[in-house]
Order: sequence, then structure tokens, then C-alpha cells
Amino acid sequence: MRDTETPQAAPETPKPAKPSYLADGHTVASWIFTTDHKRIAILYALSITVFFFIGGAAATLIRIQLFTPHNTFLTAGQYNRLFTLHGVVMVWFFLVPSIPTTLGNFLLPLMIGAKDVALPKINLLSWWLYLGGAVLTIVCLVCGGVDTGWTFYTPYSTLYSNSCVLLAAAGVFVVGFSSILTGVNFIATTHMLRAPGMTWFRLPLFVWAIYATSIVMVLATPVLAMSLLLVMAERVFGLPVFDPRFGGDPLLFQHLFWFYSHPAVYIMVLPAMGVISEVIASEARRRVFGYQAMVYAMVSIAIIGFMVWGHHMFVSGQSPYASVVFSFLSFIVAVPSAIKVFNWTATLYRGQIRFAAPMLYALGFLGLFTVGGLTGLFLAVVPIDVAVHDTYFVIAHFHYIMVGGTVSAFFAGLHYWWPKITGRLYPEWWAKFAAIGMFLGFNFTFFPQFILGYLGMPRRYHQYPAQFQIWNVLSSSGAVVLAAAYLLPLVYLMWSLFAGRRANANPWDATGLEWTTASPPIRDNFETPPRVETAPYDYHDPDIGPTQPNQPPRQPQAAE
Amino acid sequence: MSQSAQLLHEPWPDRPRETEGYVFAMWIFLATEVLFFGALMAFYAVNRWAHPAAVKQAAAHSDFWFGTINTAILLTSSLTIATADRALEHGLPRLARVALWLTLAFGLAFLLTKGFEYRKDLEDHLWPGPNFALVAIGARPFWGFYWIATAVHAVHVTIGLGLIVRLIILSHRRMLRPRQASMTVTTLYWHFVDVVWVVLYALLYLVGRA
Amino acid sequence: MNAFYLPQASTQAQAEDRIFLTLLVLSGAVLLLVLALVVGFSIRYRAGSKARRGPLPAWVSHEVEIGWTVATLFLFLFLFWWTISAQLRLQIPPANAFEIHVVAKQWMWKVQQPSGVREIDTLHAPAGIPVKLVMTSQDVIHSFAVPAFRLKQDVLPGRYTEMSFQATQPGTYQLFCDQYCGLDHSRMTGQVVILSPADYARWVAAQPEGDSLAAQGEAIFASSGCGGCHGQGAAVHAPPLEDLYGSDVPLAGGGFVRADEGYIRDAILQPRKNIPAGYEPVMPSFQGALSEDQLVPLVAYIKSLKAKP
Repeated sequence: MRDTETPQAAPETPKPAKPSYLADGHTVASWIFTTDHKRIAILYALSITVFFFIGGAAATLIRIQLFTPHNTFLTAGQYNRLFTLHGVVMVWFFLVPSIPTTLGNFLLPLMIGAKDVALPKINLLSWWLYLGGAVLTIVCLVCGGVDTGWTFYTPYSTLYSNSCVLLAAAGVFVVGFSSILTGVNFIATTHMLRAPGMTWFRLPLFVWAIYATSIVMVLATPVLAMSLLLVMAERVFGLPVFDPRFGGDPLLFQHLFWFYSHPAVYIMVLPAMGVISEVIASEARRRVFGYQAMVYAMVSIAIIGFMVWGHHMFVSGQSPYASVVFSFLSFIVAVPSAIKVFNWTATLYRGQIRFAAPMLYALGFLGLFTVGGLTGLFLAVVPIDVAVHDTYFVIAHFHYIMVGGTVSAFFAGLHYWWPKITGRLYPEWWAKFAAIGMFLGFNFTFFPQFILGYLGMPRRYHQYPAQFQIWNVLSSSGAVVLAAAYLLPLVYLMWSLFAGRRANANPWDATGLEWTTASPPIRDNFETPPRVETAPYDYHDPDIGPTQPNQPPRQPQAAE
Repeated sequence: MSQSAQLLHEPWPDRPRETEGYVFAMWIFLATEVLFFGALMAFYAVNRWAHPAAVKQAAAHSDFWFGTINTAILLTSSLTIATADRALEHGLPRLARVALWLTLAFGLAFLLTKGFEYRKDLEDHLWPGPNFALVAIGARPFWGFYWIATAVHAVHVTIGLGLIVRLIILSHRRMLRPRQASMTVTTLYWHFVDVVWVVLYALLYLVGRA
Repeated sequence: MNAFYLPQASTQAQAEDRIFLTLLVLSGAVLLLVLALVVGFSIRYRAGSKARRGPLPAWVSHEVEIGWTVATLFLFLFLFWWTISAQLRLQIPPANAFEIHVVAKQWMWKVQQPSGVREIDTLHAPAGIPVKLVMTSQDVIHSFAVPAFRLKQDVLPGRYTEMSFQATQPGTYQLFCDQYCGLDHSRMTGQVVILSPADYARWVAAQPEGDSLAAQGEAIFASSGCGGCHGQGAAVHAPPLEDLYGSDVPLAGGGFVRADEGYIRDAILQPRKNIPAGYEPVMPSFQGALSEDQLVPLVAYIKSLKAKP
């Protein structure tokens, strides 16, 4: 009988005939010039980890500064540079690439039964572009940083800021192209390389999520690229674009920026939804409730997400009638998200639920994402947004979605597929401890910020009136817990690489093609090309339900 | 047989599927490009909506003949690259090579003409800096658009020329074969660059003269 | 100002708080429902528990999915309708609103009262009557935010934005710049002092004697040479300015434009933008010649011009 919670170690796994992708070449060049999607995923994972901790360090300094109202730990200039750094790095160098380029890159071809992505060289080029953008950003940092906020609002960024706006904008511009190429690649892969029998409605929800994300990446990112190009042109060459003195319109920048940056929220959260769907189905040992509704929900989020950007501009001076339309569409886009939460919850119903670490992260996601989503509704309401716009209420809201949601899901996925990626099992109890620490630390850090925001504390304030102190102290204290919880996985996952038990091909008894091949997979992913004959998430006979705990899936999804 | 197996890249089961995949990916990339230029067009539209008279007046200072000649050059180059694509498909590699060389020549001629036009614009003080020739509010953003849009377009032309040079090299090495993805993909891209120019031509050279 | 309580000092604040509370209760209920279900299912259906598994009951799948989709949709539509109609009621300022001008710059708020009194980082206003702030910025984008009123409005360079409020109780309330505006953004704070109308009148009277805003504008009108064309008996054929404010001006290109503050401002700085029908576009631009501080009284003066009966 299997242990109810710990994934199974299987020493009797037969050695595959071919070496695993990790053993297939040991030189540096075999890594940095690889076209193997799995190795590129590892390259991305290493790069975004570096940036996650750079962004995290900035956040730490910010929280130290805000511990007391008139703190002089940082000067105003330093503080402004730090929150900008935190935003730029976390959004473009961590959150946007996080799940798609690591888990997405690794799993997309495996899940659809392909040997690689459609354009392996372009995939490598994406990583090099990411690296190029990263270098520009680091240079910017070394040259003194940038102080515009991650939003680069004009005319401050083009005419008034005395910081390295050009380098930062160029870095984001370049990393934008990395994101576009990744999107093109994933769309082409999903369309062209599905294994025989892998019809659209047999795709795992994670693939659907990555597909929907890629569409957003391809259609939204170029608008960001152009708006940054316009900022650079105005700043460097003095070409008047947004300058009101010559008839330019500074609000135009905000429209263009949010036309990207609102969909970018969905670039961050859709992949998270995909991960959570996989983990909850596997841990509840049940078919995902309402699979088709989940697919339609993700696709409609991706589409409607393009039409709500104006809700970032209710107080900007845009037409009040535009605000009416954008408020309406923002309510509409919340419907599919709500459906997804209900469906995940319903998937638990009559399951055989296990509580391994990925499941704890997933349940944490469910709670945090629900809070983030509900407070999003508050912000879709014009009178409330007028009151709390640009306050900590907004900060708390989007951290609940982007950190509570996406980062929790990223950790859920990282743990869930860790045995597949590395062939090792991580220490379960440490992982559970970190998951719970992250959930508590997160709420501890960000819930007080809702109250701060409601009381009116503006965002991006270096020093603040004394009445806000108690909530800031709570938030900063919570951040200590959160930081510790984020450092833990770094330690025990590293440890597992060397000392973790070896994993078998399918330690979770999960469905999905990625679990039918060796852990870690061989260079070509599958010994023989797979063929798919059943629906996804075939954990049990739909007429009977999962009667036994840890019941293995009915039949392998792939018949080789 | 062995050669075509060599040309087959990793994830693809067969050649036609591979070509189909590359062409599909190029269409997706062109969708990106449409949005990229779309944002620029939004800038143009907003400025023209805010300052209709000033934009018309400012547009009258663009050089109609340079613009028209360049439109003709670029349209012709689209014809030659389409010829190359078709020639290759029908097994006429020599004709394809000639057509590619012609496309390259037209592309370079376009850039050269653009360079002369830039020089004339600068002499006419049409760079919206301190010595800008026009006073009306809204004229500066228009000329800002002119320089940004034509420069971004010129970068696209240059990238297209790079792709064409690559095809020419492949052709001289006799590695260009019918229904090859790189030929179709380059053709698509070049046509797109051409279409963008036609729109820019209308926005920059025809508006002030209607 | 304390850490747990935010005064509710305007009619807008009352309306907003009502909506906020309703939403808080509703979303609290939804959150509790989701959490109760997740926790409940997690306990009842933990691996190996005795609970019945079996297939989903027949009624569950489709009907439930459609049911909660439609329920969510209708709830959201209702919320949208309710909140947006409240907003549209609130944002239309009454025609007779008391006007105060605000000019923002890095990193201060400059206030010009209709009486001509100038203030920095403090804005005095009467309670109980509608007040309209007409705001612009000299440099970057700022945002005029008064949490006690639950109101804020971005302040943009090159145009006027407006914010209307009706304060309900006298008191001193915090004013913040909510849009990041550079180095000392966090110091761009101030206060809004609400006085009863009688106290407000006393406060105005107690200020050092000075010209009203419109009178200051008249001086700028004269010194800038506006009267050379727009004045009585001028040789140039220029549009008369009397009764201009609030009228619909016919344009040379066809159509009409409502002559509000923004129109008057544009007509001074960008005279070519909207040329009135029947006039030659001969007026020079005053861009750069007049500062935002001078434009405010000048516009106020032009607004005050009435045709002689």
C-alpha cells in the first residue's frame, strides 16, 4: 500500500536505453547553445531565479524603509529607484516569463507528445534575448538605476527624470521580443506538433493555458514595445510624441501602456490557472470539473482581457463615458475567473484528496486568488476606484493576484514537476512547511495593505504620515516570514538535486503524456512517438468515481 | 533522400509539415508586427484628431516625389520576390536567383532614396528640434511620427534585405529547393514590409495634398 | 487622523462608503462560501475517508455550471448598473458650483481662490455647497487626492481636469499627490480646510487686501495686449469675448464647440486649433508667454466678461 501523501520512490525503474536530457552533453556550450526545450527551460529557470531574488532584495529594502514613517534609511532618490527596480524586474524579468518559459517550455512538447517546440532555434534565441535585456537592465542598475516607476508614465519619463530611463526601457523592449518569440513558438507548437489522437479537447488544461497566454503575448507585447520605442525617441532624440507643449498627448502613453499591461496580468495568471488545474486534478484523483467550461473560460479571459485596459485610467482624465464602458467590461472579464474558482472547488467534490506540497500551494492559490479577484471587483467599480486608485489597496490587490496567485502556482508547479524535471524527489515535509509559511507570510504582509489603501495611503511614498505606521509595521513584519518562506525552497530543492531520492516515471500516478516517459526524459522526450486515445484527466471511471485512495489512472493516456 | 533528411529539423515528422509550420509561425509573427505598427498608427490618429489642420499643413511639407518613387520601387520589389517564389516552385532556380538579386537591388535603392530624402528633410529643417521650420501646434508630433515611422520601417527593410541575402547565398550553393520554408517566409515578410510602406505613403505624403 | 478611522467628509464619501460596504459584505460571503467548500471537501473527501464517492449526481454537471455562470453574470451586471448610476449622478457638477483653481508643480499645490487669495499646499473651501476644482499642472502628471472625500483626480500638464465635491463637515483633511511625480513625490502633501460658509467668508475677509482673480486677470489682459484686438473699437476683426463662457461657438470648419475653461485656454495657447466661423486665423499663440499661474486669472477674467445690457 502506498503512503498516502509522499510521492513514491521506485528504485526498480528500468534504465532507459538513451541518456536523459541532463546527461546528454556536459559542456557549457552544450547548455547555452542547446536547442532542447528542456535545457532551455532550465536556463530560463536559473535566470529568473536570479531576478526573483534581485527583485526580492529591492522589496526587502522597501519594507525596511517603510517600517517607520519618517525613516531616513533610504533617501527619496534611492527609494524611488528601488520600487522601480522591484517593479521592472518582478514584472518583466520574473512574472511574465516565469511559468511559460520554464514549466511551459519544459512541458508543452511533452504534454502534446512532441519531440521539441516548433522552432527550437528561435526558442534559444528567445533566451538569449532575455539575457540581452537582463544585461541592459543590470547595466542600468549599475549606472544609477531608473526612477520612473515600472509604468514609465510620460511626461515624467521623457522630459523630467534624471535617471537611466533609456537603458531600462531598452532592456524591457528587448525582453519583450523574447516574450513575443516564445509566444509565436508555443502557438505554432500547439497547432502543428500535437501527437496523433491529441485533439484540441484532449489537451491538458495547462496546454490550453499556455496557448491562451501565447496569444496574449503575441498581440499585446508589440504595443508595449512600440510605446517604449516612442518614449525612447522622445527622450533621446527629442522627437515630440507625448509632450503637451507641442500638442502631444501624455494620456496616449497610458492607453498604449495599459493596452499591454492589463493583458500582461493575464500573461502572468493564465499559466498559473493551468498549473493549478493539473495539480488539483492529480491530487484530488478526479477529472477536472467542467473541462470544456475551463477551456472556454481561459480563452474568453484572454480575449476580453484586451478590452479592459481603461480601468487603470478612471482618474486619469479620460472621458467619463469611456470609464463606463471599461467598468462594464471589467465586470464581464471577472465572470470566467469566478467560474474557474468554482470549478476547481467542485473538482474536490467526491475526490480522494491527497495533501502533498503541490496541493498545499494550489489550495493557497485558491484562497489568495479568490481574495485578489474579489478586490479586483472593487476596483472595477468607478466610485471605489476613484477613492482607492494609486493607494496601497491597489498594491495589495495586484500582489494577491500576481504573488499570491502566480507565484504560489509557480511553486505548486515547480514541486509537482520537480521529479520529472530533475529525476529527484524533494523533501516533502520541508516543502509543506514552506507552502504554509508562504501562505501565512503572504497574508500577513499584504492584507494590512488593503486597510492602508482604504485609509488613503498613496503608493510610491518614501515617507508617510504617522497614522499609517501600525499597518506598515504589520506588513513589514509579515514580509520577514514571507522572505524566509521564499528562501526555503531554494535550499531544500538544491539539496534534493544531490541527495534527493530518485523518482520513477510517474511518482504522482498522474495522467498526461509527460508522465509516460522517463524522469528525467530523454533528449527526444519519448522512446516511441505516443498516440492518444482517451480524454484528459482519466483518473477514474466517470460512472463509478475514485473509489480507492491512490487509485492509479484508469489506463495510460498514451498507447505506445 | 539523404539530403532532405539532413535538412529536416528536429521536431518535424516530414518536410511539407515543416514548411507549413514555419509559414504558420511567420503569419503569427506578422500579427505581432501589425500590432507593433498599430500602436504607431494610434499615435498618428490621436495627433491628427487633435490637430487636423496643423497635420494637413505639416504633411504638405513632405517630399511627394521621393515618397512616390520609393512606393514604386518597393511595389516592384514585391513583384520580383513573388517571381522568385513562383520560379522556385516551378523548378526555375536560375530565374529565382535573378529575381532575388533584383529584389535586393530594389531594396537597396529604396534605402538610398530614403537617405537622399532624409538629407533634403534636414536641409528644410523638418527635424522637430530647436530649428524646426513649422510653428503650428501638432506639426511637431506629425514630424516626430514621420521620423520614427520611416526609421522603424527602414529597419524592417534592412532585416528583410538580410533575409534576402541569405536566400541568395543558399541559391548560389544550390541549397534552395522548391517549397522551401525560408523562401516563402521571406516573401511573406517582404510583402508585409511593403504593405506597411503603402499605408505610410498615404499617411505621410498624400494627406497634405488631397 | 488615526490609524483605524477615516472621516467621511463629503457626499461622495457617503455614497462610496455605501457601495464599498455592500461589496465588502457580498464578497465576504462569496469568500466564506468558497473557503467553507474547499475546507469542507478537503476534510470530507480526504484520501481514504469513509465518505461516499461514486459518480457525480446527474443534476450536478451541466445545470450547476450554467447556473453559477448565469448567477455570477447577473450579480455582476446588477453591481455594474448600481455603481455606475451612482457614479454618473455624482460626477455631474451643478452649474453654480463654487470654483477654485489649482496649479500643481513638482512638488507643491498652488491654489487660487476666486477672491484672488493664493495659497500653497492648503486649500480652503466652504462646506455644504458644491465646489469645483479646475486643475492643471506645470510639469508632470500629479493627482489631487483627498481620502476623507474618497476623491482623486489626475492633474495633467497642458489641459484642465475637474473635480467636484460637496464637503459635509468643517475640518482639516489630508491632501496627497497620488500620482508618482518624481523625487519628492511623498512630500507633495497638504491639507484641505473646510469651513462653514460664514467662517469661509470671514477667512477670505481676513486675508490681506488683494484683487479678485478676475481683476488680476484684467491686468494680465491689458499687459499682454489682448485688448489691442479683442477690446472695444479695435481695428482688427477679432471675436468678442463677452458672454463667451458657456456658449456654443460655431467653428470655421463646421460644427460647434462648447466654450469651457479648456476651450478658452486652448484659444489662448493654440489659436489655430479651433477657429471660430467668420474670423481670420491671425491670433498669435501665447504658448510660453504666459505661465499657468497667469493663465488661471486670465481665463477667470474672460469667463467673467458679460455683455452690457
